[in-house]
Amino acid sequence: MSRTRIQWFHFTAPANFYDLAGRLIPAFALLSVILFAMGLYLGLWVAPPDYQQGDSYRIIYIHVPVAWMSMFLYVLMAIYAGIGLIWRIKMAEVMAKSIAPTGALFTFLALWTGALWGRPTWGVYWVWDARLTSELILLFLFLGYMALHAAIEDRQRAANASAVLALVGVVNVPIIYFSVQWWNTLHQGASITVTQAPTMATIMWVTILIMFLACWMYSIAVVLARARTEILERERRARWVQERLESEKP
Amino acid sequence: MTEFLAMGGYWPWVWGSYAMMAGVTAVEIAQLRFRRRRLWQWLQRMARLSRQEER
Repeated sequence: MSRTRIQWFHFTAPANFYDLAGRLIPAFALLSVILFAMGLYLGLWVAPPDYQQGDSYRIIYIHVPVAWMSMFLYVLMAIYAGIGLIWRIKMAEVMAKSIAPTGALFTFLALWTGALWGRPTWGVYWVWDARLTSELILLFLFLGYMALHAAIEDRQRAANASAVLALVGVVNVPIIYFSVQWWNTLHQGASITVTQAPTMATIMWVTILIMFLACWMYSIAVVLARARTEILERERRARWVQERLESEKP
Repeated sequence: MTEFLAMGGYWPWVWGSYAMMAGVTAVEIAQLRFRRRRLWQWLQRMARLSRQEER
């Protein structure tokens, strides 16, 4: 039996995390490019038009993955923020802070693509529907988290205050997810769930899953890249940063 | 090809969605690269200055 164990705490040291992230980013970026190419090819060329919505439904291939990502990234950000708040692990704070801009970006994209899909199908870009409104609140939570971080000069106080906001805001995620069941909304219910078979053609849900994986790979690559820059800023006086400055390119 | 681009008459909404996705991800990547490069140059300048002071 192998006695090799992964030393997880080894990577909570900034220098080790920095090196590991540097090695992982190209792999995740490449996977993201391949999966996006596959997803776009299947979604725009191979999948047939919808029998009711025609080609307008093709927005689903980005709308659903980015909407899922917005919720997943918020929960992940809150978990990291909570770990940073409770156990004072600096790398958890760095990760939470690095996730926020990408989470905000995906939330904005979910709202944007939803609005553009709403116009041909509902006849309006926006309604104050429970799903749309709770997703908009998610965007404000991401922006609020980033604004709070930027507004407080002391790094530890900024991390603590924004972590509390992130944790309180988690309550909004189940509200977004179940809003279509709890309230009578214009937004349709879930087409793909963990407990039931998808209610759409195989090519459609497979493409959605591929695009979702592509978004995950993209998110991991950009969050790790942002975390590396954040580490460099925080650890700029450390000896290992000086060593990397001599041996690496920007 | 024209038929593909027309998206059954829904091109402004379909391409508007895909273009925004491409645009914001491109901006995010560019911003990350710019921030890292600027920080790197600043750190190198600081390291050079501290070496000069040591001499």
